Amino acid sequence: MSEQKIVDYEFKPGFKGMAHDTGSDQTMFKGVHWGKAMMWIFLLSDTFVFSCFLISYMKGRASTPIEWPNPSEVFALEAFGVPVPLLLIALMTFVLITSSGTMALAVKYGYEKNRKMCGWLVLATAVGGLIFVGMQAYEWSKLIHEGVRPWENPFGAPQFGSFFFMITGFHGTHVSIGVIFLFIYAYKVFAGHYENGGKRGWFTTMRGDYVEIEILGLYWHFVDLVWVFIFAFFYLW
Amino acid sequence: MSDEIENKTGYQAQSSETMNEYSGAAVGDIDYVRPAELPEQDLYHGHTFLTKWVFCQDAKVIGVQYFLTAVFTGVVGLILSWLMRLQLGFPGLAGFMTAEHYYQFVTMHGMIMVVYFLTALFLGGFGNYLIPLMVGARDMVFPYVNMLSFWMFFVAVAVLMASFFVPGGPTGSGWTLYPPQAILEGTPGSGAGILLMLISLSLFVIGFTMGGLNYMITILQARTRGMTLMRMPLTVWGIFTATVLAMLAFPALLVSSIMMTLDKVLGTSFFMPTILKAGEVLEYGGGSPILFQHLFWFFGHPEVYIVALPAFGIVSDLISVHARKNIFGYRMMVWAIVGIGALSFFVWAHHMYVSGMNPWFGFFFATTTLIIAVPTAMKVYNWILTLWRGNIRINVVMLWCLGFIVTFVNGGITGIFLGNVSVDVPLSDTYFVVAHFHMVMGIAPLMVIMGAVYHWFPLVAGRMLNEGLGKWHFWITFLGAYSIYFPMHYLGFIGVPRRYFEMYDSPYMTSAIGMNEFISLAAFIVGAAQFILIYNIIKTLKTGKPAGKNPWKANSLEWHTSTVPPEHGNFGERLPVVHRWPYDYSVPGAKEDFMPQTTPPSEVLNTEVEKT
Repeated sequence: MSEQKIVDYEFKPGFKGMAHDTGSDQTMFKGVHWGKAMMWIFLLSDTFVFSCFLISYMKGRASTPIEWPNPSEVFALEAFGVPVPLLLIALMTFVLITSSGTMALAVKYGYEKNRKMCGWLVLATAVGGLIFVGMQAYEWSKLIHEGVRPWENPFGAPQFGSFFFMITGFHGTHVSIGVIFLFIYAYKVFAGHYENGGKRGWFTTMRGDYVEIEILGLYWHFVDLVWVFIFAFFYLW
Repeated sequence: MSDEIENKTGYQAQSSETMNEYSGAAVGDIDYVRPAELPEQDLYHGHTFLTKWVFCQDAKVIGVQYFLTAVFTGVVGLILSWLMRLQLGFPGLAGFMTAEHYYQFVTMHGMIMVVYFLTALFLGGFGNYLIPLMVGARDMVFPYVNMLSFWMFFVAVAVLMASFFVPGGPTGSGWTLYPPQAILEGTPGSGAGILLMLISLSLFVIGFTMGGLNYMITILQARTRGMTLMRMPLTVWGIFTATVLAMLAFPALLVSSIMMTLDKVLGTSFFMPTILKAGEVLEYGGGSPILFQHLFWFFGHPEVYIVALPAFGIVSDLISVHARKNIFGYRMMVWAIVGIGALSFFVWAHHMYVSGMNPWFGFFFATTTLIIAVPTAMKVYNWILTLWRGNIRINVVMLWCLGFIVTFVNGGITGIFLGNVSVDVPLSDTYFVVAHFHMVMGIAPLMVIMGAVYHWFPLVAGRMLNEGLGKWHFWITFLGAYSIYFPMHYLGFIGVPRRYFEMYDSPYMTSAIGMNEFISLAAFIVGAAQFILIYNIIKTLKTGKPAGKNPWKANSLEWHTSTVPPEHGNFGERLPVVHRWPYDYSVPGAKEDFMPQTTPPSEVLNTEVEKT
């Protein structure tokens, strides 16, 4: 870029200093990349989306006159001839949380400019996400075989099927979009788009930087966090 | 789209003079401004017609694209309102007007005006054009996403307009789209119409989110040197807070749209209770229609302020410029905008007093609703105190501003009536409500839009709009709008219900019929008067008086660009450095009655300038 002199901001102490820093010129969040700030605000907005879904679910479950199905029976999986409640879901959660771990490591190696490790870890995260989506597809098809539909189900209140397919479907869409981007970013890391000042994107002047891995990581951790809430509300309640 | 990405070094290279200014030795200097934290933005310059005017990444072009698209939908909404008034004033005169058509026109008029016209115009139009210029940025921070935002909005408008041409026509369930009736047979447009409406709304939310992220990050993270938060023009504060509201309120609309789409397409029962139709039980059952109302109004009430807050901000700037006085109580104005924005998330159920909710709930929401009157009244007082002993110029812009203050106070006072449960219940679903919300969030923001068009047109096009035509436009609109909405308050008091296709032989007929005819005639005239502005714009573009630089002698950065109209990149070789707020008008001791934000303190040593 240009030869312009860039000077870091010096923070002021105390509460008054914090107010001063926040209201100062140029930037509110000092040293925070534009894309990172954008992702945080997008996630705040997305939090409201999922909150609306989950609050609607609570309201729907509370007000339907027909009894709600028992989750430990509906979601049980037969292992060695014994029905084990929540077996599949425990595996899914384990895989997704593990992929959050590999994502965090990818960010670390990215900032260390360790291209190979970063790329492999992003790829591992993508594979973890793919396994999660695959298991979710298996769970959906199992329920559909048992007769659960968005408009009805043999176990009780029809809203069970409606909310289950809608909310896990919406979350699954988030995971799938994440997986697609993880594969793209894994390619970009291996191809060296973030090295030597970064490669420009198509039809834009933005240059690649390893901060993009962290931004993608923020999204991925958010998707995992939402899953924890869905897990609690659908499978444990 | 085979353009090369041009690295225009002229934008980035700083002259050696500035480099000296950057060096630490200058700290003692009174003109010292902290050095830059970020390198300058690298812009993508289009060369072909497609990349310069169609898929353009320049926020100013995107702003104009948003503006024109929104005005187009606004004209459609205006024509729909004419058709409605034709039916109400002169029932049976238009042969094609059936009750079904009437409901469809009511619905589409409401949705178009609130979402696709006002929201898109203020945030997409004025936001895109003004934010980068006013905060001293080269462009929005994510120009590519910004372009996608406009095209997503364009597709949303296209889908909405397509619903006029599908079998069954557009939805006729009222702009609130309340289930269960919105998706059941018997409601006009309950097939493809409602589906296209829900899809269009979802697309709008997605497109807006992309734009909204741009507006927020540009304001928070891309201001120029010296531009502190408390030196931003109130326009920027208003648009910023409205964007925050939109980012948090539109999710509720998106979720309710998705859920209703599933109710319609897959036969789920999120919002559908057990329904008996002609003695037969429908397949729906167990859902909650009230849930939709809560979700809808959790979006719907902040939406009112998404429209109002940018209007508040813009009108503050216009009044200050054209009264040649600093805005009274700048910080109070900022906190009032933020406070109104925060409170707007706690009042939604005042739209649902007659939905049968717990009376204590109504008590809570009445209280929060009336608390909003406090910051709002503060703003009105501050506008009046800004005018007080100012050097007021009664030009077209100022006329629109004065019209806004009067109209807004008027609509605000009827809001106090409707905010109280016991007064609202008898007035609910009457023309009093129609009069209230048209005054406060229809006419009032529209007056600001008109004022803003007359104010900023010289910047966008480089020519001054004709004042004489402007005054005709203002007076017909102002007097006409009062002729329309004042009698509606009376109609509401005598109990005329809104959304009725015709009054038939009801006892209201005798006293309401003449009034309805009068309102309709006024509506035709006011609607037609808007074409004066369109004529004025077309005429000005051809033969208007060249505006030159800064015709209003304003302080804020958008008037101090290297060229008028500003080019891509806004500020030429060097970004401006800001030393003061944008309201230093008529400063005692100063040579001129205005002091641009870029004026360094050393140039105005012997003046009584505000410390900002």
